[in-house]
Amino acid sequence: MLDSVTDPEIPVLSLWDLGVLRDVDRIGDRIAVVLTPTYSGCPALAVMVEDVRARLAEAGHANVDVTFALSPAWSSTWMSVSARDRLRAYGVAPPEDTSCPHCGSVDTQSISEFGSTACKALYRCNTCREPFDYFKVI
Amino acid sequence: MAGDVATFAIRLGDDALVLGQRLTEWCGHGPFLEEDIALANTALDYVGRARFFYQFAGSLTGQTEDEIAFSRDVRAFTNHLIYELPRQDFAFTMTRQFLIDAFMVPYLSALAGSTDAGLAGIAAKAVKESRYHLRRSSQWLVRLGDGTTESHDRCVAAVAGLAGYVDELFEMDDLERRLTEARIAVDRTTLRGTWQTAVSDTLAQAKLPALGSGWTVRGGREGVHTEHLGFLLGELQFMQRAYPGCSW
Repeated sequence: MLDSVTDPEIPVLSLWDLGVLRDVDRIGDRIAVVLTPTYSGCPALAVMVEDVRARLAEAGHANVDVTFALSPAWSSTWMSVSARDRLRAYGVAPPEDTSCPHCGSVDTQSISEFGSTACKALYRCNTCREPFDYFKVI
Repeated sequence: MAGDVATFAIRLGDDALVLGQRLTEWCGHGPFLEEDIALANTALDYVGRARFFYQFAGSLTGQTEDEIAFSRDVRAFTNHLIYELPRQDFAFTMTRQFLIDAFMVPYLSALAGSTDAGLAGIAAKAVKESRYHLRRSSQWLVRLGDGTTESHDRCVAAVAGLAGYVDELFEMDDLERRLTEARIAVDRTTLRGTWQTAVSDTLAQAKLPALGSGWTVRGGREGVHTEHLGFLLGELQFMQRAYPGCSW
């Protein structure tokens, strides 16, 4: 059910794909959800919590406890192969692969270490000249 | 001991919140768009870090993170002074950031080994972000220091203006000594050598003079601040002061 809850900034990735959703447990009539933030100040986290609650509420689970686990710290290596492919198709270069998601060229350069969200950097393709987001390695 | 741990966590939270607020002042004023975004992202990391430390402290004291951030007056803030200095120009902001990043990486790495799981978890998370910050701030320092006459001169002035504020980062007091004996906190004095070497190397690469010494300003941990922190809090706390308990 929670597979349909996606990152509000990257709608092709679910919280599970990202590794943000750590654990789900049922304790009596309560549902315990454990999330981990990608970056400490990620503003999307609050929206993710609301989305998780809303999705579970739709399914009749009103008693939901959402807690955060910081350890082990989130890593961009937790992303699955399928998630990386979807990310590339969406136009964002996945971690450790700075080839252009538009034309596939490997001739690309960094424009800025920080991009449109906390988890992305900004790159430019020297072949097709298009800028693109790159999911940072952390 | 729980009281000591909470006080310690609030100190680290104050350091992070005050620097985060200083960095947010650049939002919309960065030298160009990408750098504006980078500064705001770094600010977010610091504000997020402050929230973790305050939430953790609050779990021990029963306070909320908002109470800790928004309802203490200037004398109750315990951040080191280097974090509260006005942002000034881009050279000053990046020079300060570099000096702090170079400190944060070894400090948080050590704190990640704390016997307190709460503090260790926050540190292990935050150090990854600080490594990323350090890469960028070192690159900027070299680019500005070894850049034009103007950027070089501004960096020289920044280094000179910051030199007396770094000693505080390596000072211990009774509380942190107690916590260090219990292997909860980190002995700051042991990090000075590593930090000094890393900073000297980058300053030399940036063709900037070494960090001078001869003057020291201290007092942040006792709540004795520069005149600048009150103004910072005046803006940071305005909404909660004017409309107590308001929420979005």
